[in-house]
Amino acid sequence: MAKYIGKRLIYMVITLALIATFTFFLMKVLPGSPVASADKLSPEQRAVVEARYGLNDPLPVQYFNYMFGLVQGDLGISINQFKGAEVTDVILSRMGPSAQIGFQGMVLGTVLGILLGMIAALRQNTWVDYTSTFVAIVGISIPSFVFASLLQYWFGLKWDLFPVALWKDGFMSSVLPSVALAMFPLATAARFIRTEMIEVLGSDYITLAKAKGASGSEIAFKHAFRNALIPLVTVLGPMAVSILTGSLVVEQIFAIPGIGEQFVKSIIVSDFSIIMGTTIFFSVFLILIILLVDILYGVIDPRIRLSGGKS
Amino acid sequence: MRNSKIFWLLSLVLVLSAFLAACGGGDDTDTSTETTDGTEGTEPAGDLDSEQVLNLMESAEIPTMDISLAEDAVAFNIFNNVNEGLFRLNQENIAEPALAEGEPEVSEDGLTYTFKLRDSNWSDGTPVTANDFVYSWQRSIDPATGSPYGAYMMAGSIVNATEIAAGDMEPTELGVTAVDDNTLEVQLERPVPYFMSLMSFPTFYPQNEAFVTEKGDAYASNSENLIFNGPFTLTDWDGTGLTWKMQKNPEYWDAETVQLETINVDVVKEPATAVNLYNSGEKDRAGLSGEFAMQYANDENLVTELEPTVFYFKLNQERNGEENALKNVNIRQAIAKGFNKQDLVDVVLANGSLPANFLVPTEFAFDESNADFREVNGDLIEFNAEEAAELFATGMEELGVEEVTLEILGGDTETAKNMDAYLKEQLETNLEGLTINLKAVPFGVRLELDEAQDYDIQTAGWGPDYQDPMTFIDLFVTGSAQNKMSYSNPEYDALVESAKGELATDPAARWEAMAQAEKILLEDDAAIAPIYQRGAMALQQPYVNGIIKHPFGGDFSYKWAYISGKE
Repeated sequence: MAKYIGKRLIYMVITLALIATFTFFLMKVLPGSPVASADKLSPEQRAVVEARYGLNDPLPVQYFNYMFGLVQGDLGISINQFKGAEVTDVILSRMGPSAQIGFQGMVLGTVLGILLGMIAALRQNTWVDYTSTFVAIVGISIPSFVFASLLQYWFGLKWDLFPVALWKDGFMSSVLPSVALAMFPLATAARFIRTEMIEVLGSDYITLAKAKGASGSEIAFKHAFRNALIPLVTVLGPMAVSILTGSLVVEQIFAIPGIGEQFVKSIIVSDFSIIMGTTIFFSVFLILIILLVDILYGVIDPRIRLSGGKS
Repeated sequence: MRNSKIFWLLSLVLVLSAFLAACGGGDDTDTSTETTDGTEGTEPAGDLDSEQVLNLMESAEIPTMDISLAEDAVAFNIFNNVNEGLFRLNQENIAEPALAEGEPEVSEDGLTYTFKLRDSNWSDGTPVTANDFVYSWQRSIDPATGSPYGAYMMAGSIVNATEIAAGDMEPTELGVTAVDDNTLEVQLERPVPYFMSLMSFPTFYPQNEAFVTEKGDAYASNSENLIFNGPFTLTDWDGTGLTWKMQKNPEYWDAETVQLETINVDVVKEPATAVNLYNSGEKDRAGLSGEFAMQYANDENLVTELEPTVFYFKLNQERNGEENALKNVNIRQAIAKGFNKQDLVDVVLANGSLPANFLVPTEFAFDESNADFREVNGDLIEFNAEEAAELFATGMEELGVEEVTLEILGGDTETAKNMDAYLKEQLETNLEGLTINLKAVPFGVRLELDEAQDYDIQTAGWGPDYQDPMTFIDLFVTGSAQNKMSYSNPEYDALVESAKGELATDPAARWEAMAQAEKILLEDDAAIAPIYQRGAMALQQPYVNGIIKHPFGGDFSYKWAYISGKE
């Protein structure tokens, strides 16, 4: 197992280097200057400002400088969003709220989704099943920013149950954004669990378990649920991605000082070092999630375990 | 399973209709009260509330609070409220002495200004001295600082600024000296008639040398590492966050005028969220954009503010080195007269904008008797479909063509796209034989295409850098950075030159020369075709009084603002 993880970590570094390289050159193709008042300054004045951030060096020099810094953990300095601030500091200061609503959204969505899916499967073709399917289809088909707007309007403004926006009231501020983010994982989990449970419940070994006199809840949780979990783990990766991309807009709608909305803005204003920093940060996060998912497989399903059952 | 499919479909319809219903639920009231903008008198009219707290929103973070490095609207607005220069724009938007004690002494040739400083303190209690100005200006012009606005504001005005910015001279050779602690002398390269208003621009504010040097790289990185000399101090800003406060500055020399104790500011980028926060009572003022401006058009708390930003067509006479139909003056005039501007601002923009038949905006620059510069020329080139059609026919005859195809290069925002689509429709209808192709690109791309002169017609806009018609008038002189359209008229160039040079000490003649230049540019040559002057709309709670909107530099002053009637 350790050997496997080690190998994966090496691949991860290579992947990251490729992503960094690709993003770097892609970003340099972006039109526009990171100097905000570029339309007013003469070319000479602009050159003075750009020289401050080494933007006048030949591209390969800029690239090697960047990669050299990256290896040492130096993500550079923000050019125009937070002039002179270390990108690492920007990411660290913005990470907390994103992580909180992302984690809460993921947990809430997955847990509720699993419950909903199980109930639907156990009460197949009743109103319970239909309601759960309804929720699932709504969660999949309506993007999180629409939910975010609706939640804000009704639960925030009209009914005054939660703060309309802003990151000022601790946990209460995180409720609506987390719920908005939870919808996609909830719907995905509910659909997968329902389908899998129905299939598993119809299989021979469940019939055998019933014949042996196992109780209903024992069958549902011990036998059916564990088997139904495997396909769910497969979609954990895509779900994490959806939380990430969802957070870009949800953070903006609820005016949360998160990293997602920072990412979007950095591209619009060509803040090269923030674009690179956030891209690398998101990439590390995603690669780790994928690794985690692969390890989880083994835990849940012994058949997929990589190096024999004993380790 | 069939059942469940129908159920899914039904559910989808239900959800969608619920969503649409929520969107359409506007709370418009029928009362259409005329609201004027917040230019009430100096003295608070009603009783002051005991709690003087103002809750505001910004649409972007603070990129930097370093006076030498700032180049954005958010920072400039804060500087205007937490720092102060020699002059400040007052409630009537006239520059009046602030840190300067009275008007400066000006030499006869208009080249030397001597300012006496009033006794005033930094927020740590140390006095503001003439050296603070010298240090700040030198820091901003030093190429090593990389200031975006330093050279832009000083070059060509202050002695040696151009040479220092180019690295040919030392920053210490800049034409500004501290005669003593309370006397500042400024040497100009040429007379600058609008010099007082320039002194209210943040780039010319003082910086405390001891403080800046002591903080080093940490200077201005958060509100702890800043020092203030304005009506308020900035607090609770961590350098990257979406929130900050302004607190009344007890050390400010005119602190007794300041009523507000605290201003809470939060960054809210989503316009809908801003409106929701305003409606929930959490925020006292919300800017309205696009669809919200229309939705709240009749709201009794609507405030309309005219901005000094003018949008116009740049008519490029030589695309990629080849002359095109726009080289013909009749074609240019036809285009300038060929679209209905009133309908554009009423129906398409609907945000309080004005049709522009001018380049220098209204309510922006005033002469010594406070008369608006606009009164000299009035409306210049107005919409006239018949004249436009005739001019266009003449132009095509002169060119010997039956039809003309031109491209309009514009922005890719919703507003820009709607406007360009409207203008295409207008021009094609009014000018027979004209075909317009639209090209919508992001701002950065537009700048690059402009630089390369790779467009026919471009919708562009300009806002002022100082309070004088010249900030608009000299935009299109031969070879200037904004004139990437091969326009050149020696007569216009000469008028601009004389207004900048020999007429600089003769305000009336100078005013006349600039008006003449504007007339040539717009009427005779139709080098550009003005479209509209931008307006802005906001919802503002009726208990908020005395926020002053400025035409340049920082957008607002809260120095005179107060809360009355909230409790």
